[in-house]
Amino acid sequence: MHENIANIENSKRAKKKEHANQSRENRNMAMMMPPRLNPTDSASGPKQHQTWSPYDNNGGTCVAIAGADYCVIAADTRMSTGFSILTRDHSKIFVISETCALASSGFQADISALQKNLDARHQTYQHQHGKQMSCPAMAQLLSNTLYYKRFFPYYAFNVLGGLDDQGKGCVYSYDAVGSYERVGYAAQGSGMQLIMPVLDNQLKSASPLVLPKRETATPLTEAEAVDLVKDTFASAAERDIYTGDGVEIVTINARGIQKQYMELKKD
Amino acid sequence: MAEAAIALPPKGGFNFDLCKRNAMLEKNGIALPRFRKTGTTIVGLVFKDGVILGADTRATEGEIVCDKNCEKIHYMAPNIYCCGAGTAADTENVTDMVRSQLELHRYATNRESRVVTALTMLKTHLFGYRGQVSAALVLGGVDVTGPHLHTVYPHGSTDTLPFATMGSGSLAAMSVFESRYKEDMDKEEGMEIVSAAICAGIFNDLGSGSNVDLCILTKGKTEYLRNYQKPNPRSYIRSKGYDFARGHTAILSTRITPLKDQVTIIEGDAMEE
Repeated sequence: MHENIANIENSKRAKKKEHANQSRENRNMAMMMPPRLNPTDSASGPKQHQTWSPYDNNGGTCVAIAGADYCVIAADTRMSTGFSILTRDHSKIFVISETCALASSGFQADISALQKNLDARHQTYQHQHGKQMSCPAMAQLLSNTLYYKRFFPYYAFNVLGGLDDQGKGCVYSYDAVGSYERVGYAAQGSGMQLIMPVLDNQLKSASPLVLPKRETATPLTEAEAVDLVKDTFASAAERDIYTGDGVEIVTINARGIQKQYMELKKD
Repeated sequence: MAEAAIALPPKGGFNFDLCKRNAMLEKNGIALPRFRKTGTTIVGLVFKDGVILGADTRATEGEIVCDKNCEKIHYMAPNIYCCGAGTAADTENVTDMVRSQLELHRYATNRESRVVTALTMLKTHLFGYRGQVSAALVLGGVDVTGPHLHTVYPHGSTDTLPFATMGSGSLAAMSVFESRYKEDMDKEEGMEIVSAAICAGIFNDLGSGSNVDLCILTKGKTEYLRNYQKPNPRSYIRSKGYDFARGHTAILSTRITPLKDQVTIIEGDAMEE
């Protein structure tokens, strides 16, 4: 009870502060629209009931694991909206180069726009430099691309995986507006809350703040990592309604890029 | 006259003060408890000798499945069952309440319960709560007047139908009924169509899933077929399992305190060594 009262007090204070800053309420993504789209909505005026959003959430889960000399990138193939399935075989993984693949969940229209954008930038890079972009460079490019739309973001939650310049596995995890970090493993999307604790438990890697710098890659072999990914997706499909139908697994190593597919529950 | 009416204490009717308070609390950022909604596919159909009810077995809380094998076909009387969709607590309690009243009524009258009796009790209760008790029901049974199938909406309106669907998967299930229903079907054909309708909900509606439950009510006989079909087994099981070797959890520090040195025994005997 006391906690509740404290919460009310806190939120009241927050409201006042917000009003003083003339800032728009942007607690969730759906509210973050360019002012042009909703001219009557302002911090001071009466709040208009929102009937339309430029965003949708099409669900789905993405996972990536970096190993010493490989990277596994996986995503389910269900695309849904609300309580309906739009399609059971939509790939969420975009192979950008020979050493780099991007898995994204969120709003599929934004995701295909983002993929198209990245592909065009990568094409230009290849013409200018006569080689493909490295995975760490692509990671920075993706961050810049996302932040460029800071106030009307791509509704996309990305995991970028591949091999770095030394041939080591690398995974980059993002938020919608471009904050990113190199990690040993990552999960994004609707099943993230279910999968992440399992990965933490099975593959826990050292904090990036620990000095001297430790290896971020996981100690698992490639086959073990693929096995773990399959099991986490089977588990997520049991409990997350937006994850299911199938999982596409892309493995990148010195031999190149291999793709495999496993069936998941269809309910 | 008007003054007297104002001075009188309220005698009945509805009080929605708490709705106002709850809206205020929600506006101030207090999350109200989420309830378990059975985003559901439930169906019923009348065939030659009686009624078949069907349901899926998934219960969800938002986007998370909280029960993979729950029961949505509720017992009302030996000859009457009722499928429930909506808030799980509401469907369970409203059916249980009517079940209890029907049982007492049977003791008082020494007669088999009638489906219309259950229907009237349900709709009276639900109408009184103006849709706040969110129970959407498919009620079926066979009594002295023959087989009956009804749907009950949360606001208290009812329908009498030869085939019925309810819940978030109702459209998927109804498409099966609309294309395949015939009058005077036999039991096997009826069961086939009911389970096909439930499967349509399971596979095409994200709020429905897991298994198919059936209940076949005929004159003097009730068959409850729990998990009649299980079309959704787990797709993959990790070969290695998840056994944790001793020492998996890192020991950060160790301190052993011998209690013997700290405790003096003031009564009773010391524990055997």
